[in-house]
Amino acid sequence: MNLHEYQAKELLAKYGLPVQLGVLATTPEEAAAAYDKLGGKFAVVKAQVHAGGRGKAGGVKVVKSREEAAELAKTLIGTNLVTYQTDANGQPVNSVLVCEDMYPVERELYLGAVVDRGTRRVTFMASTEGGVEIEQVAHDTPEKILKVTVDPLVGMQPCQAREVAFALGLKGEQIKQFTQLMLGAYDAFVENDFALFEINPLAVRENGQLACVDAKIGIDSNALYRHADLAAQRDKSQENERELKASEHELNYVALEGNIGCMVNGAGLAMATMDIIKLYGGQPANFLDVGGGATKERVIEAFKLILADPSVQGVLINIFGGIVRCDMIAEAIIAAVKEVNVTVPVVVRLEGNNAELGAKLLNESGLKLTSAEGLADAAQKIVAAVKA
Amino acid sequence: MSVLVNKDTKVLVQGFTGKNGTFHSEQALAYGTKVVGGVTPGKGGTQHLGLPVFNTMKQAVRETGADASVIYVPAPFVLDSIVEAVDSGVGLIVVITEGVPTIDMLKAKRYIETTGGVRLIGPNCPGIITPGECKIGIMPGHIHRPGKIGIVSRSGTLTYEAVAQTTKLGLGQSTCIGIGGDPIPGTSHIDALELFQNDPQTEAIIMIGEIGGSAEEEAAEYARAHVTKPIVGYIAGVTAPKGKRMGHAGAIISGGKGTAEEKFAAFEKAGIAYTRSPAELGSTMVELLKSKGMM
Repeated sequence: MNLHEYQAKELLAKYGLPVQLGVLATTPEEAAAAYDKLGGKFAVVKAQVHAGGRGKAGGVKVVKSREEAAELAKTLIGTNLVTYQTDANGQPVNSVLVCEDMYPVERELYLGAVVDRGTRRVTFMASTEGGVEIEQVAHDTPEKILKVTVDPLVGMQPCQAREVAFALGLKGEQIKQFTQLMLGAYDAFVENDFALFEINPLAVRENGQLACVDAKIGIDSNALYRHADLAAQRDKSQENERELKASEHELNYVALEGNIGCMVNGAGLAMATMDIIKLYGGQPANFLDVGGGATKERVIEAFKLILADPSVQGVLINIFGGIVRCDMIAEAIIAAVKEVNVTVPVVVRLEGNNAELGAKLLNESGLKLTSAEGLADAAQKIVAAVKA
Repeated sequence: MSVLVNKDTKVLVQGFTGKNGTFHSEQALAYGTKVVGGVTPGKGGTQHLGLPVFNTMKQAVRETGADASVIYVPAPFVLDSIVEAVDSGVGLIVVITEGVPTIDMLKAKRYIETTGGVRLIGPNCPGIITPGECKIGIMPGHIHRPGKIGIVSRSGTLTYEAVAQTTKLGLGQSTCIGIGGDPIPGTSHIDALELFQNDPQTEAIIMIGEIGGSAEEEAAEYARAHVTKPIVGYIAGVTAPKGKRMGHAGAIISGGKGTAEEKFAAFEKAGIAYTRSPAELGSTMVELLKSKGMM
């Protein structure tokens, strides 16, 4: 689950991080009032969406008066912002963050952290090259990224943070301020189950003070049960409608751009099914894991989701029965096809207990259901059915 | 021989009396696994499925001499259960539960590193099976046959796919290890390769990976240097979009890294045979074994 910039900054401020001041506005009037409240000559208005690249897309602008703040808020709120990180539809802008203007600044640094899968540690990354895409820095000049690996046994230690501060060329009071900032960031990371954390840029202001100008935080969804306060901050408007619907039914669904809908049990097999459709010349319309129990209710919900995508011209169901009997799964599929009134061709591959009996039931159902034997046969049949 | 589990492995079940623990313990017992009891705090002294229930793991291990534990408890309690299992002295801990917070797994792994000698498999995995001898986990036992292929995979149903294909082709399996779909797995592909390389029963290995992380690239590099047995590799997720989590917590292409193509390229570079079709895991292995005069 991702947080908005304003939510991330609020959270980090609780851990003592120096964040750029900002006031959230959901209307032009609120934006004008926010401008007044900040009291500066200039202010920066930033669209609150779950996507990077806002600046280049026109989602971050400097304003010089309360009127300009209101005008920009009016232009942004209620529209969709399309950045290089979003799809063609963009992300809806429901609010803007009106921030104090800090520029020009002396320098822009970068500070981020992830759970590194290789070292199995929380790993911090810092760089003197802030304000730009860190992936680009990592690619072009990897030597400019400092890495700090934190042992969960002792947590982040001041010596580790100081080492980074010196390496970044910070001086005097800044060393202490940066050390506090990094220690606070580590505490925030582990106490709130961050999956992703990024301050970019971390500005060194002309007055020598550090300030977090932008903040990005992703939370480990598996840990939300112990963070009711964070779970409540979820902004569902930023999520794909069908993916959201799927999550409500505890189905894993990801929309793709093809025309063959997929319904599979197991995440790995679901990806493999998409891949084999492509291998046989088709295009998968979605990833969908129905989970272990392919019951009638789940199959019905899965069909509804898949068919809500207007580009779907056929459906491939691939279930490895395992412990559940395939004839029971076949009955569930038949009942679901009748109930949802599925009109596109459906190819079903059942493997496991009573697979033959399951196939017989499907073929004799009188519905547009074709049974397939094995993965390759299933892929060939659905690709052919959609092309026909 | 086989790896990690065999007909003598004595298994305890943590979360024994719950719905999943009960169902899969029944299945394991029917398969012939030596399940010797389980732990449900507060229900110690009672019987479940005709086996003793204990309040603590230490007591359970003391009284049964168990050497393995399987964990079915809900995700919020998994870290606690792992620590309890480590402290009880069992050598193998298999976590089936899905949805364990990553930070908890960092702590669990770190704790195991300090103790040494304990093997953790999972979480979010089907478990481990040595066909005909011992089944720990949720995989359907009947599709397996004792044989010569070691299988390691991040995905449950995709493992079954490899099992069904190798069974159909008469190869059978030595041991199948589901390492799970989480970003911080207890056992890695490399760990499994090392185990299979040292197991006399295993003649060849099927290694199934998926998008996310770089464990397959590291395993390919390890295999090039340390594994002499034939390997067939497969990676799921060629068609997966960037930045989207594909069901498994660990299956995500982040920052453009962890794509299926990078992993296939690593197989290519390491000289590992691979297939791009999940329907040809078994047949690719047969071809490979024939080309090496092993069939």
